Amino acid sequence: MIPEIGHFALVLALSIAVCQGVMPIIGAHKNDAALMSVARPAALGQFVFVSISFGCLAWSFLQSDFSVLYVANHSHRALPDVYKFSAVWGAHEGSLLLWILLLAGWTVAVARYSSDLPQPMMARVVGVLGLLSCGFLIFTLLTSNPFERLIPAPADGADLNPLLQDPGLAIHPPILYAGYVGFSVAFAFAIAAMLTGKLDGAWARWTRPWTLWAWLFLTVGIALGSWWAYYELGWGGWWFWDPVENASFMPWLAGTALVHSLAVTEKRGLFKSWTLLLAISAFSLSLLGTFLVRSGILVSVHAFATDPTRGLFILGFLGVVIGGALILYAWRAPDLDSTAGFRPVSRETFLLLNNVLLVIATTIILYGTLAPLIYDVFEWGKISIGPPWFEFAFALPMLPLVFLIGVGMHAAWRSQAFGPLVERLRIPGIAALVAGIAVPTFFYGRFGLLVSIGTIAGFWIMVVSLVDPLRSWRRARGTPGMTRSAIGMSLAHFGVGMFTLGVTIVSAFTIETDRSVRPGEQVDVAGFSFELVGLKNVQGPNYQAIEGEIEIRREGEFVAELRPQKRTYIVQQNPMTEAGIDAGWNRDLFVALGDPLGNNAWSVRIQYKPLIRFIWLGALIMALGGVVAASDRRYRLRAPAREHATSLSEEPA
Amino acid sequence: MARYVALIIVFAVLIGIFALGLERDPRKLPSVLIDKPAPEYALPRVKDPLSTTGSADYAGQMVLVNIWATWCAGCRQEHDYLLQLAARNEIPIYGIDWRDQRPQALKWLNELGDPYVASAYDEDGRVGIDWGVYGAPETFLVSRDGHVLYKHIGPLDESIWQTEFVPRIAAQGTAK
Amino acid sequence: MKPRQQRMLAVGLAAAGILVATVLSLQAFQENLMFYVEISEVTEGNAPKDRNFRVGGLVVDGSVRRQPGELEVEFTLTDYQNQLPVYYNGILPDLFREGQGIIAHGRLDDRGRFVADEVLAKHDENYMPPEVAESLAKHAAAQEAALEAEADQQ
Repeated sequence: MIPEIGHFALVLALSIAVCQGVMPIIGAHKNDAALMSVARPAALGQFVFVSISFGCLAWSFLQSDFSVLYVANHSHRALPDVYKFSAVWGAHEGSLLLWILLLAGWTVAVARYSSDLPQPMMARVVGVLGLLSCGFLIFTLLTSNPFERLIPAPADGADLNPLLQDPGLAIHPPILYAGYVGFSVAFAFAIAAMLTGKLDGAWARWTRPWTLWAWLFLTVGIALGSWWAYYELGWGGWWFWDPVENASFMPWLAGTALVHSLAVTEKRGLFKSWTLLLAISAFSLSLLGTFLVRSGILVSVHAFATDPTRGLFILGFLGVVIGGALILYAWRAPDLDSTAGFRPVSRETFLLLNNVLLVIATTIILYGTLAPLIYDVFEWGKISIGPPWFEFAFALPMLPLVFLIGVGMHAAWRSQAFGPLVERLRIPGIAALVAGIAVPTFFYGRFGLLVSIGTIAGFWIMVVSLVDPLRSWRRARGTPGMTRSAIGMSLAHFGVGMFTLGVTIVSAFTIETDRSVRPGEQVDVAGFSFELVGLKNVQGPNYQAIEGEIEIRREGEFVAELRPQKRTYIVQQNPMTEAGIDAGWNRDLFVALGDPLGNNAWSVRIQYKPLIRFIWLGALIMALGGVVAASDRRYRLRAPAREHATSLSEEPA
Repeated sequence: MARYVALIIVFAVLIGIFALGLERDPRKLPSVLIDKPAPEYALPRVKDPLSTTGSADYAGQMVLVNIWATWCAGCRQEHDYLLQLAARNEIPIYGIDWRDQRPQALKWLNELGDPYVASAYDEDGRVGIDWGVYGAPETFLVSRDGHVLYKHIGPLDESIWQTEFVPRIAAQGTAK
Repeated sequence: MKPRQQRMLAVGLAAAGILVATVLSLQAFQENLMFYVEISEVTEGNAPKDRNFRVGGLVVDGSVRRQPGELEVEFTLTDYQNQLPVYYNGILPDLFREGQGIIAHGRLDDRGRFVADEVLAKHDENYMPPEVAESLAKHAAAQEAALEAEADQQ
């Protein structure tokens, strides 16, 4: 009964979404207040029914209702309850439902917090979001219905893929999807602007907080995925340039460019075409990611197992949505006027470079991700592109960008005099140079030109981001402090610096070794001694494992005890490696069990990973900066309607 | 104006490439065995390890050879349909129980029903390799003279049966 | 320099920079490209000589050899027509076993042995990488046809 209710609720949601998609946009076009006012209640109605549907699916999982095919395929009686719940989005059909739920959620939020938007604008935005919902709902109902029945029901299910039975991976999709779906709001605003043909500072001010929130969810989502891959996949890697990972990174890069471009449009009324195109691109890349992952066109360890007919549907949807947006863009972009000018050395120039470099980076990753497919289609061979190329090619635009961040964030709008800039940045620059060379050489024992460039860059951004907050902290009483927007920016950039530093040090100074070890023997790595004390059998809720006990000492002093496991899950009989990790702010010690080698020996992988936590900590700080910036008073969406905010003040973006 | 059009063109080209890519998907591509002789095999039966079943059993007949296993969710999905198809007596279905455990397989056939004339027990998957199997379920249409006419990857259902199998079976009937 | 000339110089420098970067990355692309080569192609001598490439095949039963207690392992891959000896020094993936379809990245040494620096098994033990399945079936069919032809001649 419950699955049928869930199914029916989805159908109802679709019919409401149709109204939500069609009526307000027509209403905005004809200036019909009645039609436009359909938007808010429709958004709410759709959200309610989608929630009911999601709830029914979750209930089916928690009750282990194996008469539902999707539940039978991805759950098991012995599965812990928390994973029964997260199994809802563990495969294609359910994760689509999650996507739809989040889209409905964002739409309701926009409908609710839009009191200072003129009604036609709100109607168009909610309308576009409604049309997107229609597309996803139709796709789900026609090709990917999670409520399909399996009669007679099997006694037990096929169990959730053991890789997904993990807290990190359980929350990774909701947060990641919140980001992907959130970019649809910026997209909707862009479409709305193109429909009216008007784009001004007020439009940018409305769009910006929504974009920031989507961006920061995506940041956290990607960081979570990376951290999960590190500790769960068992081999110490944190980024593999896997097509699915790239599919999440590209919208992030476009989204970052968008957030910055919006600042310029808001402050100076410039970069309107850029901002529109970036808003279209960020969401388009999200959709592209969905396509790549679900259509079966790319082979990847992450990809959902699904079939090409679904792929054709998504492709069609992609074509209509993006094609339509690009046509609108071609129609409207030439007429967007920008009157203000700026000098070669100015904040605008740096932000322009920022846009260009980020777009180049995105294109590079897109090329590398699609190349194997293109080669295959044209029968030039079956190829694969490994991480080394991605790292090299990605670094090409990123390295200059990273240095420019430090300068750009201190440049004034319109025109920045060279002298004062150099004056302000001289000491941070020297500090970064010194630290950047000293740290690898003396702390990690090796000087390398490339390494130092990376560490200098990391320190440079970190120090330079602290300049403004320090000045604000030491300011005279009574003078105004930094706006939240500015604090957020400094914080986010500081996070970027931390991230860069972490990546550089980990890439250059990781020590990784596979050894054969017998109980009682020890291995020395990076000044630590790892002793395999012994091995034993352990039992988990739905798995059996062989557990190793590893004792780590440094110069005789006890450091940590790790318990890596080799698990075999009862139902699917797949072996899985659980690594043992001793985490520290400045290094991780990582141990994973391999296989028995005979003669009482086991293969063991030991890794020393310096500063690896800086990578995720940096990302979290970036996201925190986003939260702070989004909460700036300027964006308080309940504030009374304000007219155009094309101010030319010296306030940083 | 030109650069906007260029953008749209680039996008259209990409979509075209994707569509081509989907068409070429190995799951949609005809198997390398199409129109080639179907692999010969003889294996112990699932239900009776002492007797064998294999390609000799259906020589001279048009049959379906269905690759299945108890660990495979899609096989559970198509099982009811296979029972229906078998009941209609349109075509004999021979099973190959691929990389499976005999006790589970027996339980499966006893509890859920057995649509197969006979099921061969391919424990280590060797025979599956010969057929180019890369996952379960897969269903092959084998002609009277022992050639592979068609391979379907994924669960079988009525619409696939009608669109892909029935026309090929009919064509064989008139050709000879 | 007048502002306009400054502007043009800046644009020129940027364009040059982008051109250099593009050339560099395309070059690196060619160098880093890894082709998938069928085992029969390798044994016939058609594999790239001094660069990494990918092979895929079935691990031949009984071919996995290692000294007890040592990490180094040797095994043989087959595509049903030909066999390729593989050498690997490292931890094999969880799902590696005899009879399994696997893919290896590496290059040939002068002895015709494939020295792998990475061995991959599909993450689900019951599925095989599509390229491997395709080439296996192709060669199995070719082998059978060859056997049949032989039988006909006798």
